Amino acid sequence: MAKELWKGNEAVAEAAIRAGCRFFFGYPITPQNEIPEYFSRHLPEHGGCFLQAESEIAAINMTYGAAGSGVRVMTSSSSPGISLKQEGITYIAGAELPVVIVNMMRGGPGLGNIAPSQSDYFQATRGGGNGDYRTVVLAPSTIQEAADLTQEAFDIADVYRIPVLVLADGLIGQMMEAIEWRSPKPRSLPPKDWATDGSRGKRGHNVVNSLYIETEDCTALNRKLQQKHELITKNEIRYEEFMTRDAEVLFVSYGTTARVAHAAVLKLRKDGVKAGLFRPITLWPFPEAALRACAQQTNVKAVVTAEMSMGQMLDDVKIAVNGAKPVRFVGTGGGTIPTPAELMDEAQKAIEEVWNHGRRIPALQRAN
Amino acid sequence: MEDHLHIITGHYGSGKTEFAVNLALSFADAGLTPLLADLDIVNPYFCSREQKGRLTARGVRVVLPCGGGADVPAVNPEVSALLERGVCGVMDVGGDPAGARVLGRFAQRIYGIEHELLCVVNFSRPETNTPEKAEDYLRQIERSARLSVTGLVNNTHLCGDTTREDVRRGARLAKALSSATGIPIQYHAFDARLSSGMRLPQKTLFPMDIVMKKPWETDIEQTGK
Repeated sequence: MAKELWKGNEAVAEAAIRAGCRFFFGYPITPQNEIPEYFSRHLPEHGGCFLQAESEIAAINMTYGAAGSGVRVMTSSSSPGISLKQEGITYIAGAELPVVIVNMMRGGPGLGNIAPSQSDYFQATRGGGNGDYRTVVLAPSTIQEAADLTQEAFDIADVYRIPVLVLADGLIGQMMEAIEWRSPKPRSLPPKDWATDGSRGKRGHNVVNSLYIETEDCTALNRKLQQKHELITKNEIRYEEFMTRDAEVLFVSYGTTARVAHAAVLKLRKDGVKAGLFRPITLWPFPEAALRACAQQTNVKAVVTAEMSMGQMLDDVKIAVNGAKPVRFVGTGGGTIPTPAELMDEAQKAIEEVWNHGRRIPALQRAN
Repeated sequence: MEDHLHIITGHYGSGKTEFAVNLALSFADAGLTPLLADLDIVNPYFCSREQKGRLTARGVRVVLPCGGGADVPAVNPEVSALLERGVCGVMDVGGDPAGARVLGRFAQRIYGIEHELLCVVNFSRPETNTPEKAEDYLRQIERSARLSVTGLVNNTHLCGDTTREDVRRGARLAKALSSATGIPIQYHAFDARLSSGMRLPQKTLFPMDIVMKKPWETDIEQTGK
């Protein structure tokens, strides 16, 4: 099929429709408005329902209700709006419902601004709502990947009965790239025999709820969720490595920042610096073991975490690298996109630091 | 000779801003003193306001929206300067009928001056990939702008992945759109790197130096290849 030029937000909405999503509830916020706009235009053509709710809180709870009835449903927003949805998300996780949520992140904290940012990493991967729950977090870095991952998000949500968050920044939402439509690899999906879609007098009624008032019931739920999280960690981790096999300095970044880091790697290579990029695609589950193995290669001298936030993914990178190599951080906050040159500078500093450190060791040994 | 108003409209992603910026630069290179107004108050990113420095340096005066960094940018009252007779003006209007609505308030004054309303079409965009769908957008834009489109700009592209065949395919579809609507094709716009062997009517050829780049593309060039 011929390539078409798609804007990120439109591609995400079209991907959802292609994945069988027929219900969208949302509330406008820049820079993701083309998502509801696209649904409002196209969902009726597919017999679906687009509804602009009175608030983000209403939208996430409409999503909760629709998911409980067993249909494929999505909501989307941007950072401050996603904050408002957190209560609904933990309810959805507690009720074990498949829901897809899209966050096109903008500058924060608070209302911040409308420029691209990645500063909701903690909220996305640690959970902004209460309780021991997780959301699968998929982080596309191209429009092609945004289209692919959004389609697959619905399958992942259905297989594990879990909310799946597609986490991108405003630039992914707003920019245009040529893409091809392709379907995710088919999965066998469990029947939705838990859905509140009418018993027709043939079975007892189903209940969808996140209230487990008896302690043993709630404890059992938590144990079940933990097992589910372990299974997802075993099956669903995704990442991409670029020029890592002989890299001396290893960038770790995702989304738009990974595009910048990719450009920095190529430029550093031209300058004779062996750079590489490790790009997590799932932020939860984080590709901890894979990053550890990559960083432990003897050729890797230093790791540079690059984010459009002030050091959030850095925690996961440090846990993964586990002290094996020095980890440096470069980041921007409040909607600024780092340039390849800034990342290249950090890579140079990281290498110099290792070199200086290496020279200091003999001096220290003499002092002892 | 081009001392009149050019209004650039089209669907999101048709390449209005790329075309508007290049058109203003071509007027400056021809010795005119163009005034470019960014009237895009619907799109938050990739607007001509981002190119102010480059444009000013090359002799294009730029009028930006007020409150540009906010969620609700507003039209700058200085836009009135473009509605005077004999001004070489280029209006970069927001995408879709929603973006074109901003023209409605100026429609009465625009009727009174010599102007061209150009509709930029990218046949690689899914919502305008046939002459019929493109015409539907064009008519919606006319209705919300309260003005008639006077010329078509074929700007069929896939950003950095564009081939000559994409431009030629766009030219064929633009011709069909032109026949159906009676609106002439004013330009075939394309990345200047595709210039050789384009074989389209010479006076409609509009090669562009691409300025609206992604952040990682721009910096690489600045630091040298």
